[in-house]
Amino acid sequence: MAEFLQFAFSGLTVGAVYALVALGFTLIYNASGVVNFAQGEFVMLGGMSTVFLALAGVPLPLAALIAVVVAVAIGLALHRFAIEPARGASAVTLIMITIGASIFLRGAAQIAFDKRFHSLPPLLGADPIRFGGAAILPQSLVVLAGAAIVVALLWGVIDRTLLGKAVIATAANRLAARLVGINTRRIVDFSFAVSAAIGAVAGILVTPITLTSYDVGTLLALKGFAGAMLGGIGSAFGAVVGGLLLGLLEAFSAGYISSNYKDAVAFLVILAVLFIMPQGLLGRVQVERV
Amino acid sequence: MSMRALLDHRLAPVAAIAVILLLLPLLFPSTYYYRIAALVFIFALASLGVNLLMGFAGQVSLGHAGFLGIGAYAVAIGATHLGAPSWLSILGGAALSGLIAFIVGRPILELKGQYLAVATLGFGLLVAIVLTNEAAWTGGPDGMSVPHLVLFGFPLHGPQVWYWIGGITFVIGAALALNLIDSPTGRALRAIHDSEVASRMLGIDVAWHKLAIFVISAIYASVAGSYLALLNELITPDVSGFLRSIELVAMVVLGGMGSVVGSLIGATLLIVLPQILTILHEYEQMVLGIVVMGFLIFLRQGIVPGIAAAFGRMRT
Amino acid sequence: MARHHIVAVVSIGVSILFAAPNQTWAQTKIGAVLSVTGPASFLGDPEKKTLEMYVEAINAKGGVNGQKLQLVIYDDGGDANNARTFATRLVEEDKIAAMVGGTTTGSTLAMIPVFEEAQIPFISLAGAVQIIEPVRKWVFKTPHTDRMACEKIFADLKHRNLTTIALISGTDAFGKSMRDQCVAVAPKFGINIAHEETYGPRDSDMTPQLTNIRNRTDVRAVVNTGFGQGPAIVTRNYRQLGITLPLYQSHGVASKQFIDLAGPAAEGVRLPAAALLVADKLPDSDPQKPVVMNYSREYQQKTGQPVSTFGGHAYDGLMILVQAMQRAKSADKAQVRDEIEKTKGYIGTGGIVNMSPTDHVGLDLSAFRMIEIKNGDWILVPDAHS
Repeated sequence: MAEFLQFAFSGLTVGAVYALVALGFTLIYNASGVVNFAQGEFVMLGGMSTVFLALAGVPLPLAALIAVVVAVAIGLALHRFAIEPARGASAVTLIMITIGASIFLRGAAQIAFDKRFHSLPPLLGADPIRFGGAAILPQSLVVLAGAAIVVALLWGVIDRTLLGKAVIATAANRLAARLVGINTRRIVDFSFAVSAAIGAVAGILVTPITLTSYDVGTLLALKGFAGAMLGGIGSAFGAVVGGLLLGLLEAFSAGYISSNYKDAVAFLVILAVLFIMPQGLLGRVQVERV
Repeated sequence: MSMRALLDHRLAPVAAIAVILLLLPLLFPSTYYYRIAALVFIFALASLGVNLLMGFAGQVSLGHAGFLGIGAYAVAIGATHLGAPSWLSILGGAALSGLIAFIVGRPILELKGQYLAVATLGFGLLVAIVLTNEAAWTGGPDGMSVPHLVLFGFPLHGPQVWYWIGGITFVIGAALALNLIDSPTGRALRAIHDSEVASRMLGIDVAWHKLAIFVISAIYASVAGSYLALLNELITPDVSGFLRSIELVAMVVLGGMGSVVGSLIGATLLIVLPQILTILHEYEQMVLGIVVMGFLIFLRQGIVPGIAAAFGRMRT
Repeated sequence: MARHHIVAVVSIGVSILFAAPNQTWAQTKIGAVLSVTGPASFLGDPEKKTLEMYVEAINAKGGVNGQKLQLVIYDDGGDANNARTFATRLVEEDKIAAMVGGTTTGSTLAMIPVFEEAQIPFISLAGAVQIIEPVRKWVFKTPHTDRMACEKIFADLKHRNLTTIALISGTDAFGKSMRDQCVAVAPKFGINIAHEETYGPRDSDMTPQLTNIRNRTDVRAVVNTGFGQGPAIVTRNYRQLGITLPLYQSHGVASKQFIDLAGPAAEGVRLPAAALLVADKLPDSDPQKPVVMNYSREYQQKTGQPVSTFGGHAYDGLMILVQAMQRAKSADKAQVRDEIEKTKGYIGTGGIVNMSPTDHVGLDLSAFRMIEIKNGDWILVPDAHS
């Protein structure tokens, strides 16, 4: 039982990062139809910028804030300079553009930062909490709480505010949204900005546990994308569930089956789920209009 | 046949490529150029396969490097563990890739859009993981060495050899692809690309066609992978990696989806450009990213259709 | 509409020629294919910085044999295919006299045939023992082999009577290669590897694997083979789970930054390391002390980063090459090769190098020092041999 709990904690910790990346994917996809493979770079930017600002002497909370602002700025730039000019291009082309953007961001990060690994001090200390025979780091709880807060805030904005309604409208039918007077360009801006912010916050919260370096983005984007698909693209809640589930699958595979093949098992499960439920666990069934 | 008709014949591009293939070595000062050109033809072959799948049938694949790896390791394992001659291993790898594509394709191709993308992504990653972990067969993360190709008792190795073999294979592959595209099967594929529902109503067996093109594209990639292994005399698991798969897709998208010549152009761009950009040292990655984005934003249909459009506009 | 096809196709031929060749000056060219980006950039980056620094320094003092050195660096991104392409380019286009590079075993193995055929001396910076075993005429290497690292660790384990161990390794080439060597030499030291786990080099949590190890009550110590962030995370997870068994890391840890990243969890961890890591702890009588102190100081001053043993291997490679050129009084490839093979008593960051026709790395077990982390710093552990 203690073992099970330990694996579960491990899976939830890693899964929370995947969940936040997946959430970023979903937000941008919903608003603009683009699958943004540069999502992982926002996580990298959040962590690395904070580390380097702190090394330069900026107090940590301010460094974190600036890092998030930097990520948001880059997210907006990505939309305005890379995605918007290519509007009308095919879906694959747009994905490739975001991949080009992630290559660019990684290249810039190498020069602006360095090629080593870095950490940040944990928020609540480094002593693990013993629970039911398992040991969980307080920072894991911080990450999970952070993810929950982000999801709650997002839900609050989407469901309760006019801005949120505009986002839903843009996601449902862009042309119709413009016809009722919604500035869809600003809405997509907003979704890119929020995704970038979420990614950056995830990066800052999780660096004390997972460490960060200039190239953590690629693998995270991959896993976040897989998590988003598992949960069902288009569903924010599904993205979070998918990300958490992916983390848990990896941890349980590593613990119970084989640490060599844990990624393989996780992906096989995703494939199996998709064969049974082709729209993901919580996704909307896609109807092909004739 | 008039000059115009000759130029407009559907195999004219293939003839043009063949002419280039024959004349290009006159410009090569050293075997380095042969190697670059050999790599271009090999990757163009693989990306041609991906192009058939993506550009014509409209199915995205983010894991095609998996087939590249199967073909490559078929040659390595065939030589080292099974004592098979390399030419047999190339065929064996192609057959194996086709078979795996057949088995995996049936369930996967029922998925749509991004779900298909993630499924193919998973496939590519699975192949890479198996190749990395089953070290007894594959040599693990450090890879395996591959002995030279031996045909009729003659050892064939070196960039010149692979320039010719890769180039000729690409010309043949391009000719086959162009014939396929203009055949009823090709037309069925384009119909499926436009609308699966409508195609079904016209009596086209959508599932069979999608599977067939998936298998063909796998075979193209597999042969390319085998050639790569023989050219390098070594193969490592990252031949199947996610970044390789993305590279293939990028070649297709940059060159022009649905354009056979586009595959060659895309491959040339992505193989020659990093060689040129080495003078930028640490700015290389940044510039590469900007160049890729730039091409895709401004020539969003790809280079070849973009040039075609420009020609079209110039005419009027 | 095939005309645009033809235009497009013609431009391919022209563009292939744009892989711009370097110009040849009257200088001695040294080539370096390093993994400056990609998964091995943790190793390649200090290598690049070191080579650039010291070529500059050597040129400032007048160069070698009256000629300045020109360093041609290409980045293979950790990909063996790219490495081979750049090796061909160095030989055919840049026409180098010698090569110091090959950050990873994969890229080194891919490049060996090129340099063997072109008969150019190649000093590799990669770790696996297969690079120099079997001995190839033109290939040498400066890092200790991963087999030596295992032997050093196992000698210490045997000395402390911890003969039943668990092995946790990264699935990257470095981790796997060392794991294979450890499994091969374990019987020689009477070590029984009772349990094995692995992790991906970019994984961020190894508690499942370590939990499984903790459940093995027969295990008396744990050895982790890997490089980069993996060892740091394993060490942290180790403390998180409250495992008190002795933990051994590998030389992949490479720099003092490991202690910062692993934090208080690093206390008591042992690893085999080059003298470079404990430069200031060496007794003044140690012949390596001046070399490693100088290199540490200069590297830290120039780059602002703590010194890395991977950079040290590049330093040794360059110096061995330069000294061979000086002894040969020329840049002639065959003569330089012969002189490299005759290197005796070269005192470097990795150890004291004595090469021979049957030994192209020239280090023995004394080149590794067993060190332990105490109070946030390294200390030398008395040698298990002496």
